Amino acid sequence: MLCKRIIPCLDVKDGRVVKGVRFLKLKDAGDPVEWAKAYEAQKADELVFLDITASYEGRKTMARVVREVAKNIFMPFTVGGGIAGIEDVRVLLKAGADKVSINTAAVKDPHLISEAARRFGNQCIVVAIDAKRTEDGRRKTEDGKNNRNLSSALCHVTPESKWEVYIHGGRTATGLDVVAWAKKAQRLGAGEILLTSMDLDGTKDGYDIALTAAVSKSLKIPVIASGGAGLKAHFLDVFKKGHADAALAASIFHYGEFTVAGIKKYLKSNGVNVRTS
Amino acid sequence: MPVKVAIIDYGMGNLYSVRNTFVSLGISADIIEKAGDDKIFSYDKLILPGVGAFGDAMKELKKRGFIIPIKDFVGLGRPLLGICLGMQLLLDKSEESRSTVGLGIIQGVVKKFSSRLKCPHMGWNAIEARSRAGSIFKNIKSPFFAYFCHSYYARPAKRSAVIGETEYGIRFASMIQAGRVYGMQFHPEKSQEMGIKLLRNFITQC
Repeated sequence: MLCKRIIPCLDVKDGRVVKGVRFLKLKDAGDPVEWAKAYEAQKADELVFLDITASYEGRKTMARVVREVAKNIFMPFTVGGGIAGIEDVRVLLKAGADKVSINTAAVKDPHLISEAARRFGNQCIVVAIDAKRTEDGRRKTEDGKNNRNLSSALCHVTPESKWEVYIHGGRTATGLDVVAWAKKAQRLGAGEILLTSMDLDGTKDGYDIALTAAVSKSLKIPVIASGGAGLKAHFLDVFKKGHADAALAASIFHYGEFTVAGIKKYLKSNGVNVRTS
Repeated sequence: MPVKVAIIDYGMGNLYSVRNTFVSLGISADIIEKAGDDKIFSYDKLILPGVGAFGDAMKELKKRGFIIPIKDFVGLGRPLLGICLGMQLLLDKSEESRSTVGLGIIQGVVKKFSSRLKCPHMGWNAIEARSRAGSIFKNIKSPFFAYFCHSYYARPAKRSAVIGETEYGIRFASMIQAGRVYGMQFHPEKSQEMGIKLLRNFITQC
């Protein structure tokens, strides 16, 4: 039986791992290869590297990091953050990434998903979605309307929408309904969805179960839940009630509160199929 | 004399991770992009990796002149390992591209997973070695876990060709063998220790 996956996420800036609550109080915590090896030893199932570098120079550094990681670890890893077009995808895959995750660029130009999937295979194209709850099922802001010229037509939020897609690191509302957009991404050739709850990210209050379940049940491709992990029980919930195929977490692993192996042991004893050897 | 390994490059997939794994084992592996004269016959073992689509892959193998040399190579009794799509290419045909003829080295067909299942079958799953399985499993306890990523699976015509099985809605052939030709549906190069052991066994035992 297919195992549920546990995926630590590392933020990388200018070629170095930075930890802390995302975008706040970043501390240099070292070498990406060392982190990757440590997580491999803990039996992490995959890794995600999120490049939070803004500069062009920094982006070239990321390709170098990817090459080093690929030489040193023997497990799948995804690279995301700031991927703007097909050339970025090509460079990172060629450097040795197994998958790339595309967020803003996919919303702005959904054909990037189909083009990348056609050229490199669906399995390596992860579409990352930052989701935020709408209030009472209605958008209070009007930004969505301004973004209607985005080519992601037919996915707009409706009065029934419970979550809206945000881009630019969560700063810009798109007017897109999360479930509809996820379905469209699947249709265009995404191999997987990385679904982050903006409401719960960084809170340690647990994953957004309703969001994860709504997206996962609507799709045929795997869904990685992200945002909110703080306790072992949160992982159990997101697999059992949220129907997630994988769960991503950052801070609880980085600060050593829990090990991947520890979480897996707990999940296994609670009837979740995970890889322990 | 050290074993010489060639990784066949047909323009699809992450070949470097396969090579990186061999490098970590102290085995040198060359990536070859074109068949050329008798080039592949100077190698002891062939690796046919690959991700992507069955039809495109066969087209590209043909264009690069690999099809006949690969068949001759295994015809001489030399070992070949197909990984993921590379394993599927060993069979006769695939539901992914009905008009394409596969390498036909191992009899059988490639089928799509049921639409009731999440697809691709992506992540870690268990492989159960069948009892007749031999040296490829040296020092490996069954069942063991490996990383999969695929939407189609091989169904060899002969049950005896199946040396490893995995459960995903159905029990499917995750490892196949005929003579010295092996196929692994999962990615040994992405399967941590177990995968590395399998690759090492392929080089040293098979």
